[in-house]
Amino acid sequence: MNAYKEQRNNLSLHWISFMLLHTSLISLCGIQNGIVFLIVWEIMALSAFLVVIFEHEKTSTIKAGINYLIQSHVSILFLMIGFIWVAIKTGSFDFQSIATYTQSQGSATGIFLFFCFFIGFAIKAGFLPFHTWLPHAHPAAPTHISGIMSGVIIKIGIFGILRMLLLIKTDYTSVGYFILFISVVSGLYGVMLAIIQHNLKKLLAYHSIENIGIIGMGIGIGCIGLGSGNQIVATLGFAGALLHTLNHALFKSLLFYATGIVYQATHTLNIEHLGGLIKKMPQTAMLFLIAAIAICGIPPFNGFVSEFIIYNGLYQWMLNAGLVPLVAIIFSVFGLVLIGGLALFCFTKAFSVVFLGEPRSSFNHEISEAPFFQRLPLYVIAFFILIIGLFPKLFVNMLTQPVSLFTGKIESTFIPFQDGSLDAVQTIGWASAGFIALIAVLFAIRKIATRKQESTIAPTWGCGYVAPTPKIQYTASSYARSYSKLFSNILLIEKEEKTVTGIFPSKAEFKTHPYDRIEKWLIDKPIKLYKSFLNWFLFLNNGKLQISILYGIIFIISVICIPLFYNEIVLFIEFLKQL
Amino acid sequence: MLSLVLTVIAALFFTGIVIRTKSLASGRKGPGIMQPIKDVIRLFKKGAVYSKTSSFVFQIAPTIYLASIVMAMLVVPFGQSKGLLSFSCDFIFFAYVLALGKFFSIISAMDTGSSFEGMGASREALYSMFAEPAFFILMGSFALLTGYTSFQEIFAALHIGSYISYALAVLATFVLIMVAMIENSRMPIDDPKTHLELTMVHEVMILDNSGFDLGLILTGGYLKFAIYGALIFNLFIGIIDYQYAIPLFFIVQFLMAVIVGLIESFMARFRMNHNAQFIVALTSVSLLIFFGALLMLGKFN
Repeated sequence: MNAYKEQRNNLSLHWISFMLLHTSLISLCGIQNGIVFLIVWEIMALSAFLVVIFEHEKTSTIKAGINYLIQSHVSILFLMIGFIWVAIKTGSFDFQSIATYTQSQGSATGIFLFFCFFIGFAIKAGFLPFHTWLPHAHPAAPTHISGIMSGVIIKIGIFGILRMLLLIKTDYTSVGYFILFISVVSGLYGVMLAIIQHNLKKLLAYHSIENIGIIGMGIGIGCIGLGSGNQIVATLGFAGALLHTLNHALFKSLLFYATGIVYQATHTLNIEHLGGLIKKMPQTAMLFLIAAIAICGIPPFNGFVSEFIIYNGLYQWMLNAGLVPLVAIIFSVFGLVLIGGLALFCFTKAFSVVFLGEPRSSFNHEISEAPFFQRLPLYVIAFFILIIGLFPKLFVNMLTQPVSLFTGKIESTFIPFQDGSLDAVQTIGWASAGFIALIAVLFAIRKIATRKQESTIAPTWGCGYVAPTPKIQYTASSYARSYSKLFSNILLIEKEEKTVTGIFPSKAEFKTHPYDRIEKWLIDKPIKLYKSFLNWFLFLNNGKLQISILYGIIFIISVICIPLFYNEIVLFIEFLKQL
Repeated sequence: MLSLVLTVIAALFFTGIVIRTKSLASGRKGPGIMQPIKDVIRLFKKGAVYSKTSSFVFQIAPTIYLASIVMAMLVVPFGQSKGLLSFSCDFIFFAYVLALGKFFSIISAMDTGSSFEGMGASREALYSMFAEPAFFILMGSFALLTGYTSFQEIFAALHIGSYISYALAVLATFVLIMVAMIENSRMPIDDPKTHLELTMVHEVMILDNSGFDLGLILTGGYLKFAIYGALIFNLFIGIIDYQYAIPLFFIVQFLMAVIVGLIESFMARFRMNHNAQFIVALTSVSLLIFFGALLMLGKFN
């Protein structure tokens, strides 16, 4: 594989599309007209496709790219239906007409219109079951694009959903329950599949689905709060969702960039082949560790703050809820806790298999730390991860305006975070700072206490076995085995096995390929059926030149003849109508 | 502040009492109550052996593990007196800060490159993940019941009056003891005294730790027990004057240590591959508490 920067002619197209992508993403947030929105959305989808297929000489990349291209056009189709629907009824593509139209209609119309937009935006954001493009596109794209894709592009879907919530006046409670349900399921499913992945980028891609689920939970809680007129719950829900959007963009891009450095150094993304990288690239390892802790939602980093706000929303909602909401709350709490636990399981696995232990395979080239300027952006992101964890109030205050858009109070008189609901946020910041200080103090004590003691270096304890090889280390699959056995009903792992047979056994083999059950039933099966249906028409296209020319002649003749026989055709249609 | 001091004092004796109970139950005299503390002090003075496979993660992990437990201890209240930190939904902070310690103890086990420790790490990650929902739903039910969301306010407002609330308190105690057993890798889930690495969970994770670091990890374990003991005490205490509350605190801690010792003496460890199911079943006990809370509040009408 050539280094990226040596592929001159590829690069110019890549950077042009990258600029286009960037510009279209920014402009999407300002546009107030349906048609313009669709055009820019299309520019974004196409330029994203071009940047994804940078390594287009690989078939798998092209396949993933086309998968993405098709699915983003399905998304555009739904958006188009939504905008055209409103335009037909009101005669205007302006965003404001959506608001006026839904206000004048019953809530059922609003809900249907919202679903139209929601499906369109959910495909982009990666909600279940519209996520199937995501785990293909992320690993196929070059790493800097994967980071942006996961951090920014899928968030434009979240932006779209929020924008539509502002415009469409409808029954927010039912919309909220719907989003909450689909989000909890997305979150759980995403992280469950992440654990069994072997490809590091694919693992991160499934985590994007998980985090979209967490963001969606915030949005769902916010909507329910709006629907029931509970300002605090609405504020907490939307604030948590918005802050988690930012947080996810930070730690996920950090994870992808660190992965990119690993890929550049080792030329592989299969975690079963990696190991022991922390000794070769300690700084990258540390940055990956920070992001991994942040994504698990553990203090003192930023992931905890937004998850805490969402939890807070759930528990505040619980305080004066009826029976049905309470069941929904318990379901969501259960989901969110399990998501956190599974994420911890997944990232302890990913970090330790990639960076810790002994190398699992030897490489022909020298592995070394990336140069300083390549690490610099990662440090900047890590800095923000820590800052949001320590000074959450700063960032929560920035959310005042966007959140008050939803809760509908005028910002000058309404300060959303001062009715006792979020006083805790700064306390968390102090607690996190105190926590870091405590670690530092304990570490200093340890340093002083062990100053005079000698420490020796010895091999790892192997119960007396004296010739251990790196092969007997725990691998990612063995780490996840008890888990994947437990959840075997949900997960889909294809196994290829060549067992040991005979007196003089030959080489045995065992391979596993994690796959996605939803993708299998929702994408692969229908496409297979569709293909077998189209097989019936294969006789029309049998590859003979004469037949093709005949089709051409028939087409030309019919084009010429239709105007000649126009009156007859009209008469015939009239006759049919009279029947 | 008060809870911090009392919990530390309780932690000094807790594991000693557990070991003493186990010895007496098996007909031995057993070591003194302070023996675990003496062990730790001895470890603090010893030099360490580090595996040549391990990296800096292995060296910082025990410190962070202990720090996370100390941090969690700060939010635990004592009756009506707050912990050092108290804010709404502080029990989330409690659980997540403990998770950081777990994160580091897992990756430090994986850092040695030993397959035994990998096995233990995988199990620990799986079990603690399943134990978490039980705790969150339990606290959620109390939040619902009392209308508050911080440890101290919940416990101060929790009054045990009716029959249902007795049942709830018993169930909650059961859940908390079980969560404590899982968090500390004790008997029904894990046997700390087993001799075979293949059947261990927590003990096998710290096989390669030695000297000061091992001392830190053991200290963490003692504190963790006392923290859960303090939580159970808080369930029953409500707002009682200090002169009764403080002795009661030690009685509860003592009782809990004895119970833990008895469980360890008279129960066998569950089969490793059924542990996960058992722990998930704890969540259903928590759900029972939740529905009990709904009953008490008359939400079913």
